[in-house]
Amino acid sequence: MYVAVKGGEAAILATHDLIAEERRGDVSVPELSVAQIREQMQLSVARVMNEGSLYDEDLGALALKQTQGDLIEAAFLMRAYRTTLPRFGSSVPVDTASMAIRRRISATYKDLPGGQVLGPTYDYTHRLFDFALMANGEHSPEAKIAEHALDAAMPRVPDILGDEGLMEAEVPPVGDPRPFDLTRDPVEFPADRDVRLQTLSRGDEGFLLGLAYSVQRGFGGNHPFAGEIRLGEVAVSFAPEELGFAIELGDITLTECQMVNQFKGSIDQPPQFTRGYGIAFGHAERKAMSMAIIDRSLKARDFGEASEYPAQQEEFVLYHCDNVEASGFVEHLKLPHYVDFQGELELLRKIRREQEERLAERKEAAE
Amino acid sequence: MTLNQDQSKVSSVLDGEDKTARQRWMGIIARASGVEVAELLARIESQPSYELIKRPETGTLMLEGRAGGAGQRFNMGEATMTRCVVRLSDGTMGFSYALGRDRKKAEQSAVIDALLQSATRDAEMLHAGLGAMAQKQAEAREIASRKAAATKVNFFTLVRGDG
Repeated sequence: MYVAVKGGEAAILATHDLIAEERRGDVSVPELSVAQIREQMQLSVARVMNEGSLYDEDLGALALKQTQGDLIEAAFLMRAYRTTLPRFGSSVPVDTASMAIRRRISATYKDLPGGQVLGPTYDYTHRLFDFALMANGEHSPEAKIAEHALDAAMPRVPDILGDEGLMEAEVPPVGDPRPFDLTRDPVEFPADRDVRLQTLSRGDEGFLLGLAYSVQRGFGGNHPFAGEIRLGEVAVSFAPEELGFAIELGDITLTECQMVNQFKGSIDQPPQFTRGYGIAFGHAERKAMSMAIIDRSLKARDFGEASEYPAQQEEFVLYHCDNVEASGFVEHLKLPHYVDFQGELELLRKIRREQEERLAERKEAAE
Repeated sequence: MTLNQDQSKVSSVLDGEDKTARQRWMGIIARASGVEVAELLARIESQPSYELIKRPETGTLMLEGRAGGAGQRFNMGEATMTRCVVRLSDGTMGFSYALGRDRKKAEQSAVIDALLQSATRDAEMLHAGLGAMAQKQAEAREIASRKAAATKVNFFTLVRGDG
C-alpha cells in the first residue's frame, strides 16, 4: 500500500526542466530531428513500435527523441498515446506470401524457388568499427541495382514442405474466428495461440531472446531450424463499414520468421515437422526469431510435452514478457512508500522489544 | 511441386485484376505523401466546394496476422490511421483512409476521391496525375526489388574429379 504524499511540486517542476536540459546535451552540438532518427535509427524505431504495439515510424522516432533513446520509456509513450485514440477497426489479416521482398533467407533449403536474398543485413560484416562514420564523412552510400527485379512469386518455405505433408499444417480454426484482443479483455489460462502470439508480438526483445536461448541450450529443447526469414513491405487492407469494400491504406514493413522444429506424430498423423511463428514490425529479425522459438516451446501442452522449463510455461512467459508492465512494477518501488516502511519499522522494533523482554525473563528465571 | 497453385490460394483479396478502379485509386492516394496529394489536387483549376461529413480524424487500426502466415488469426498490434468523409455540392461523397496521422492529406484525399467519381474535366486531370503517381510508386517498388536482387546468392557447385 502507498498513500498520496503532498508536497514536492516545485521539485518536480524543476526536475522537468533539468531532464529537458540533460536530454538536449551539449548545445554546441546540433540537435537531432525526428526525421533524422526515423531515417537513421530505423532499428531502434522498429523496436519501439513493436514493444509500444503501435506502427507509426514518426511517433517511434519522436518517442526516442523525447526519452533520450530509452527504448522501454519510448515504448511506454507509444502505449500511452494509443489509449487516447479511437479504434476504427481491424485490418484484413496481412498476407506475408505477397510481401514485396527485400530480404529472404532459408537455413533449411539452399536452392529454394526465388532464391536466397541477403538484403540489408549486418550478418556478414566483421563487427569492426567504421571510424569514417565518426569522422563525419559526407559520402552518400549507394546500393547496387541488379538488372532485373526479384521473382514475383516467393513462396514461404514451410508452404513448400507443407505441400509434401511433411510440415504441421497452419490452417484457421473452424469459422476463422476474430482473434482475442488483450487490450480489451483480460488474459486467461490456458491461453490460446492467438493470445500467445499477440502477447509475444509486444513482448520485450531481450526477455524473449534470453528465453529462446534457454530453449536452444536445453531448457526445453526442440531443435529449431530457421526455415525462413523474410523482410519487406506488405499492404494493409481494411474494409470500412460505410464503404462496403476493402481498400489498401498503405504498406508496412514486416519481418517474418518461420522456425522448423523436430517431429511429432500420432496414430492418425504420421510424423511431421512442427512449427513456430514470429512476426515483427519493421526490420526486427532477432525479435521475430526469438518469438518463433517461444511460440513453438509454448505449444508444449498441445503436443503433450512435459512443461518443465520456463520457456514452456505460458503463465511465466506471457505474464513477464511485457516490459512496460514489468518496468512499471519494478520501478514503482521508487515511489514514496513512507507509510508502508514506517509500519515495517515499527513492527521490527516491536519484535525486537518482545524478544529482549523474553530473554530477560528467561535470564531472571535461570537465576 | 505445386507452388504456384499455393500462391494463388493465399494471395491477397486485393491482388491483381480483381480491384475496381476506385479501390485502385484509393490505394494509390493512400500511399502518396501529403505533399504529393496536395500537388495532385492543385492540378485542377477551380477548387470544388464541399462539406465535411466526417472531419479528418486520427485513430488506430488493429493489424491482424495469421499464425504461420496462413493459420489462426491473431492481433499483431495497432497502426495509426486517419480517415475523412466529404460531400461535394453535387452530392457526391468522397472517402479517404490511410495509415499515418496526416489530417490535411486525409481531407484532400477525400475530395479527390469524390471528384474522381464523376466524368468531368477535373476528373480527367486527376486521373492523369494519378497515373503518374502510380507509375512513381511502381518504380520505387521495382528499384527496391532490384537492390534486393543484387544481394541474391549465386551458389557455385564444385565438381570434383573428372566426372
